[in-house]
Amino acid sequence: MKHLLNTLYVMTQGAYLSREGETVLVKVDGETKLRVPVHTLGGIVCFGVASCSPPLMGLCAERNVAISFLSERGRFLARVEGPVSGNVLLRREQYRQADNKESAAELARVMVVVKVANCRTVLLRAARERPEQSEAKELLDTATHLAQLLQELADSQPIDSVRGREGDAARRYFSVFDHLITVQKEDFFFRERSRRPPLDNMNALLSFLYTLLVHDVRSALEGVGLDPAVGYLHADRPGRPGLALDIMEEFRPFLADRLVLSLVNRQQVKGKGFRKTETGAVTMDDETRKEVVVAYQKRKQEEIQHPFLGEKVAIGLLPHVQALLLARYLRGDLDGYPPFFWK
Amino acid sequence: MYTEDELLPISALQHLAFCERQWALIHLEGVWEENRLTAEGRLLHDRSHEPETEVRGDLRIARGLRVRSLRLGLVGKADVVEFQRIPDAKEAIQLEGVPGLWKPLIVEYKRGHPKIGHEDEVQLCAQALCLEEMLGVSIPSGSFFYGEPRRRYEVLLDEALRGETERLTARLHQLNQAGETPPAQYTEKCRSCSLVDVCLPKAAGKRGGVRSYLAQAIARAEEETA
Repeated sequence: MKHLLNTLYVMTQGAYLSREGETVLVKVDGETKLRVPVHTLGGIVCFGVASCSPPLMGLCAERNVAISFLSERGRFLARVEGPVSGNVLLRREQYRQADNKESAAELARVMVVVKVANCRTVLLRAARERPEQSEAKELLDTATHLAQLLQELADSQPIDSVRGREGDAARRYFSVFDHLITVQKEDFFFRERSRRPPLDNMNALLSFLYTLLVHDVRSALEGVGLDPAVGYLHADRPGRPGLALDIMEEFRPFLADRLVLSLVNRQQVKGKGFRKTETGAVTMDDETRKEVVVAYQKRKQEEIQHPFLGEKVAIGLLPHVQALLLARYLRGDLDGYPPFFWK
Repeated sequence: MYTEDELLPISALQHLAFCERQWALIHLEGVWEENRLTAEGRLLHDRSHEPETEVRGDLRIARGLRVRSLRLGLVGKADVVEFQRIPDAKEAIQLEGVPGLWKPLIVEYKRGHPKIGHEDEVQLCAQALCLEEMLGVSIPSGSFFYGEPRRRYEVLLDEALRGETERLTARLHQLNQAGETPPAQYTEKCRSCSLVDVCLPKAAGKRGGVRSYLAQAIARAEEETA
């Protein structure tokens, strides 16, 4: 498999990135803080007031190094794109299948199947880790319900029914999500999902990790020549990366949700790292954000056996592998899209 | 005769001769995984592709000459074409603005050892066919310069090689027209292929594999619940 390259997260406010030959230079207040050879990078993510010189952007575009700019709190602002690359035949096929009701519903079904299955794995693992807990039974009951939903999703069906079952599964899953938090219960709890803005600490953590994840998935899709905007499960909406959100569904439970839970349960993040603003929106301090980014980077280095390919793959490469498998399916090499099932 | 818009790169012949799917991945799918071998090859080529002509007495060494054939529908670049001044008009041509008669010799630079297959020879032959058409001269042979060992080999451009080159060129246009990527088949060659991680020959060869993979995942959930 291809090598997992690093992502450079620039979180220092006022940092300026420039090019020196084949090297990325990070300067703060005119002083060089870091030099990174461009060939070791797969992406650059700048938070808040961090900027890049045009020659550096050119170098990164040429070398397939994705640059994204996020607000200080992690909201997506913009990304730098080089000349349109990749494959027009592939993109046309992607659009054709998105326009075709049946094949779009079929791909959406697969994406929901894997999401439900991976959510179920999160619940089963937690129940297995703490069988003595009173909530364990509730977790198992919910897992059983998710298994029933999977049965209902075993055959092709109209997209509305696929989306309905997805909604049902998400409701069930999040209804027991609070049971997965075992310590610091007064600071970290889960009532319901809130995104715009996140209204509690858990939602702030989840939203932030989903942002990091969508950046990676989006770059992976672009890397294999797919258009991240045109999805199957997620309907087209201007400015929304529909396909990136589709592919992200299979990674949310085991990559983002599990990571948030272990950060809280191992007390790597603390309640004092969060601040509630006047509107009720919750933000994290720099230190907490750094903690999350470092944990995410570490997780990406771990290897896992890919259930379809039967090969060991770094977790950070999974978005690339799935983008590739989707491209190969769209080009007619596979009889379906094989998503990543977490066992 | 082909139009200029229909010309395909000579380099594609080499990919096609190696594997039709590799050709499709590079030329239809637009994927290009660079590995050490191709990177080194590119560096070697960068040097020989700077367009300039060096004159050493009766020898003119032209680098990076652009060649094409409208009959075959091919376009490309010859690494090095040496023009030797000869007294005989047979096999020789006049060069614009240069006195005398000159005989062309194509020298193709290759990294590494001579290959077992015909891929390199076909590429050399295609360049020669282009030059023959452009210069109106016959080119009976060409040369390779291999990085290991550092020496030249002469290749006879005989009827068999010309026939093979023309057949492959016809196939190239046919596949390009169809625009389909041929299915993957895992073979011994896959291990030396720089595109193996994009091609996924083992996974993409499993027909009917995804359907049962999905069904199994759903069945597993049911078993665990029961």
